[in-house]
Amino acid sequence: MDLALITSVLAIAVFAGTSLIYATIGEIITERAGILNLGVEGMMIMGAVSAFATAFHTESLWLALLVASAVGGLMALVHAFVTITLRADQIVSGLALTLAGVGLASFLGERLGPDSGPLVGLRGPRFLEVDLPGLANLPVVGEALFQQDPIVYSMYAFVPLVWFWMYRTRPGQQLRAMGESPQTVDAMGIPVLRWRYIYTVVGGVLAGFGGAHLSLAYTPGWSENLTGGRGWIAIALVIFATWRPGRAVLGALLFGGVNAVQFRLQAAGTSISANLLNMAPYLLTIVVLVLISGASPLRHRLGAPAALAVPYAREERT
Amino acid sequence: MIPWTIKFERRLDPPRYLGWLVPVLSVAAALVATAVLLAVFGVNPFETYRAMWDGAFGGLFGGDVYSLSETLVRATPLILAGLAVAVSFKMKFWNIGAEGQLVMGGIAASGVALFLPGAVPGIPQNAVVYGLLMGGAAILAGAAWALVPALLRAYLNVNEIITTLMLNYVAILWYSHLFTSVWNDPQGFGFPGSALFERFTWFPRFFDTRLHFGLVLGLIAAVFVWVLFDRTRFGYEIRLIGDNPEAARFAGVSMFRNIVLVMLVSGGLAGLAGLSEVAGVSHRLQQGLAADNGFTAIIVAWIAKLRPWAVVLVAILLAAVFVGGDQIQISMGLPASVAQVVQGVMLFFVLGGDIFSRYRVRITRTAPAPATEAV
Repeated sequence: MDLALITSVLAIAVFAGTSLIYATIGEIITERAGILNLGVEGMMIMGAVSAFATAFHTESLWLALLVASAVGGLMALVHAFVTITLRADQIVSGLALTLAGVGLASFLGERLGPDSGPLVGLRGPRFLEVDLPGLANLPVVGEALFQQDPIVYSMYAFVPLVWFWMYRTRPGQQLRAMGESPQTVDAMGIPVLRWRYIYTVVGGVLAGFGGAHLSLAYTPGWSENLTGGRGWIAIALVIFATWRPGRAVLGALLFGGVNAVQFRLQAAGTSISANLLNMAPYLLTIVVLVLISGASPLRHRLGAPAALAVPYAREERT
Repeated sequence: MIPWTIKFERRLDPPRYLGWLVPVLSVAAALVATAVLLAVFGVNPFETYRAMWDGAFGGLFGGDVYSLSETLVRATPLILAGLAVAVSFKMKFWNIGAEGQLVMGGIAASGVALFLPGAVPGIPQNAVVYGLLMGGAAILAGAAWALVPALLRAYLNVNEIITTLMLNYVAILWYSHLFTSVWNDPQGFGFPGSALFERFTWFPRFFDTRLHFGLVLGLIAAVFVWVLFDRTRFGYEIRLIGDNPEAARFAGVSMFRNIVLVMLVSGGLAGLAGLSEVAGVSHRLQQGLAADNGFTAIIVAWIAKLRPWAVVLVAILLAAVFVGGDQIQISMGLPASVAQVVQGVMLFFVLGGDIFSRYRVRITRTAPAPATEAV
């Protein structure tokens, strides 16, 4: 492999991995608080469609990001209400969120275009590549990391920030404790349910934001099934990352890299059918989960929050 | 401060009637909520529901069964896939892969119908023999596809939600690959689909409608699952694991064995749904087999509270929503995906409404807070 190829694969990996990183870290935050939200796919696709519709009608990319985040947050709020207040099963509620989100996104995609028409096939504003002065000309990393769009750049600040919040602040420590032993956090006088609401919504906001990157930058525009299971890959990445934000980046880049290799192969005119090639990320997800599974030597590093998906009800303490 | 508080008191012995009353009221509430949602998007909800009803059951009281038959045709794969999901969910084993297992069943049945008559001409070419062969192939293929996540979970503790879901994408891509290239009809002028199956492989149809044998298969499967749940040790064990895995372990119930068995049954039922679609409706492998039936099946199973008879009824209800959705696309120019929105909202309401059957909800006035804190 020559340097140019490595550079281009790395550049696509970062570009393709951005939406995954936001969605994965959002889900990590939610799960660390003890709430499992399987609605990531639904929130991402709703983020994607609402972002594109907003950008198309208002020409404002920033407003589009805001709307996508708000939509993701609102959907997560529904999940929070159903699972935290109504204490329903978190797995089924998350599935419901994905099913409803995919259906609603497809409905809106047919309705939010001009004259209540479809959005499919329309061209709207998109985030363009901005070269960071000075850094963009560095060898390899310049092209891979610093000739990207603003959302990719926002990630460079976002990931360290989340890490700092989770591991170096008191609320972050409480967040991690909340998923392990909500009773303890409750005993410290911290309103567990309120914080679980907040962190669930934060996860939704980030999933919606990640979805927006898809429709505003990665594959600009709207088409049915735009997210193509990325929300589910994000959930797998949470396990792969063992609930740590830093490793989530690694996983997202791995999946972005697979996309990059797919692109390169297709561009090079491979004889492998596109349908078979497109299986790669899904098969890779399974392989990755098997590799880090309970029977592997990496086992001791696995650590799902102990109270994940267990509703917390103060009067039913055991 | 809000002057009242909501208290949840767990019902120790929930009355039986709540088991059906709560879901029925939840579905009704979901229809009201969707009506509001439609109104927000500038669509007249009354007109929409009226058109959906006409599409799904129109003319029924005038003796015209066409709409009803179309609804039942749509319900058939939902019944089979819904039962498949119900079996695994009973054990709280989250098989989200009914879609992929259905597709694999459809592929296997199509493979038999397309190639077996040519490869082994000696087999009697009639509906019974081929029905059994295609059925066997579909069950095996669906079960095999479900076996992968089952073994991964049983041996390596790999999260089945993700693996079953990922295998959906793989199955759908493979199926697209088959009907667009490898199995594509050479005489099809580039039409994306396989050749039409020979006539003797088709399911019999009833009453001059598209209603086909698949519905009978669905009803038989419902009886099978009911017997399995209520009359067998296996049914008792999976219910025990689902309700209380700790107790099941202490009782010596084998997790491994039950995971594998549950997924074989679940995958096999989903495979039959695929068979029913290719042998009863399309008579070839083409676009439309992966019509989200496996996902809608999750909604069916949960609204039905995993009870086999209720699965049949809820499948018909959701099929009516689908057929009604097609109708409003034709008559009102609204996207058919309204159907999915209605179904998703229904699931949420049933899920959330469940608290009323598990808890007694009390709203009480809070005593006014004392003005000063006693020291």
